[in-house]
Amino acid sequence: MDQKALQRAFYGALAVLTLFAFGAGLVKAGGEGAAFALFAVMTLGGGLVCVWERSIVRSAFALMSTFSGVAGVFVLLESDFLAMAQILIYVGGILALILFAVMLTPPDMEERRLPRVLAALVAVGAGVSWIGWQVAQTAEWLVTSRPLDGTAAEVAGTFGANADRIGVAFLAPDQYVVAFELAAVLLTVALVAAVYIARRKRTDIEPQTGEGVS
Amino acid sequence: MLTFDPAIGFSSAVLAVQSAESGLKDGFGTNAIQDFLVGVKPEYVPAWAVPLTAIGIAIGIVLAIVSVLAMFSTWLERKVSGHIQCRFGPMRVGWHGWLQPLADGVKLLLKEDMIPLGADRTLYVIAPALVLASLLGAMAAFPLTETFYFANFGLGIFMILALTSTTTIGVVMAGWSSNSKWSLYGAMREAAQVVAYEIPLGISLLVPIMVAGSFNLIEVSQGQGGGYGILNWNIWPWVNPFMLPAFVLFFVAILAETKRAPFDLPEAESELVAGFMTEYSGIRWSFFFMEEYAAMFLYCVVGSFFFFGGFESPVTSLAESVGGTNSLLHQLGAASTIVLKGFAGVFLMMWLRWTLPRVRIDQVMTMGYKYLTPLALVCVLGAGLWEAFIAPHLWWRS
Repeated sequence: MDQKALQRAFYGALAVLTLFAFGAGLVKAGGEGAAFALFAVMTLGGGLVCVWERSIVRSAFALMSTFSGVAGVFVLLESDFLAMAQILIYVGGILALILFAVMLTPPDMEERRLPRVLAALVAVGAGVSWIGWQVAQTAEWLVTSRPLDGTAAEVAGTFGANADRIGVAFLAPDQYVVAFELAAVLLTVALVAAVYIARRKRTDIEPQTGEGVS
Repeated sequence: MLTFDPAIGFSSAVLAVQSAESGLKDGFGTNAIQDFLVGVKPEYVPAWAVPLTAIGIAIGIVLAIVSVLAMFSTWLERKVSGHIQCRFGPMRVGWHGWLQPLADGVKLLLKEDMIPLGADRTLYVIAPALVLASLLGAMAAFPLTETFYFANFGLGIFMILALTSTTTIGVVMAGWSSNSKWSLYGAMREAAQVVAYEIPLGISLLVPIMVAGSFNLIEVSQGQGGGYGILNWNIWPWVNPFMLPAFVLFFVAILAETKRAPFDLPEAESELVAGFMTEYSGIRWSFFFMEEYAAMFLYCVVGSFFFFGGFESPVTSLAESVGGTNSLLHQLGAASTIVLKGFAGVFLMMWLRWTLPRVRIDQVMTMGYKYLTPLALVCVLGAGLWEAFIAPHLWWRS
């Protein structure tokens, strides 16, 4: 099949879907709905492009859209600290490292087919979607309303206190301090292990270089 | 020919999303633009149109601020470099060449817009817009006075750090999509350097954040006001002795983050032609420079908010006592104070650029990971102990 035409059809369908979602969100829930539609399309569309795109570097760049979309959903859920942490860590840190690694691979990977387990993947995706749909139907959502009409000053006092609350929750002895410290220890162990593996490999390959490499 | 660049539209769209995110947080409750629009709104205009219009106006103002900043900074850079090298710099266009940036802008707009044949066209076009858009989003958190700002929510500095860190992705995109080895080398250096120096940058900022007890730029500035005037600024050792080393670490880190000499390895002219922007020309090329100069200014403003008193200065105090709190005179004093402090930092960065030689990439990495990061951690530990055990007993800190 003609790969170029397939690609063009894919991007066209994505654009149409974006417009449709945007309109539907605007009609259903006003500005907030439109914002949610935008972030949802960014998240899912980025993921689709990441899987679909033939160039592996483009796939990595598509992840930026996914991460930013998730951050936007966090903002809509009034969790601004998580949103900014998502951007700082995922877009600014992890994505940069992914790109760094990807650029060390061969430039043109022409043969980048969807894996042979396509059917299994589709089945898993359908299953997850079905469970999500069931949860969305049956769960009792806690709904808070935030007016977008400029009279929101009375609720503005509660925003931005997220960082304080998260900080207290992490370090208060009766809340999440054990989990927080365990995560810290885990990350330190991972860091030390990574350094150990990297150092050992280098001495295996180049035993005599000494000071020059560091 | 003069063509409309899709990049401009794209960057303003991204900025719209980012300002909308931050604006929604604030509820626009106290924003000056919003209040003004609510006052003049006719009956038939629906209520939800007000925040959208306010976002549009805010985007326009931020774009204007960034463009004027970049124009003035390019002129300043050429004059500073000229005088440091015993020459005049631009002298022909206007008085002492002050119209030179305008002439340059017209030239760049009229220049042929080239896209290399082997380039990845989509990414090549998106990259400069992405770089500029990240910075415009971060500029939304920069308050011009205590009552005139675009997004005043609890996470001011955190938002600036998060959004400016995403410019890396744009630079890497530009370097890769150009399909040139100079560009790719520059992009790889940028990715390595920025990831390395983000850590000491964030950690050294923790020291003034601990002293102020807030991420919010306006609150940090207010915390440095008070009866002792200039002696209340965070930088003094009697406020916290670990503040000065933290500032030195911060300044080195922002030099590396903004790709300024001696850390300008991503665009090192003498070895990599122009680094990640070798293939760019015309208005897209100028986007990278607008980003660089605006980022310099933004980081210097952040430094003056957290270490050098923010809005507080003798000028602001005088304006406040003459005109009254939050009067127009007071706001003018505060705005000019913060802009002057920002440009003092920018001048220092330019001075350093023409004084220090470029360091090697392995020296950059060694410095970032082996020296700056541990030193920043020591600063945070010491400052925390000081704040916990000594600061409560100091009469000038209460």
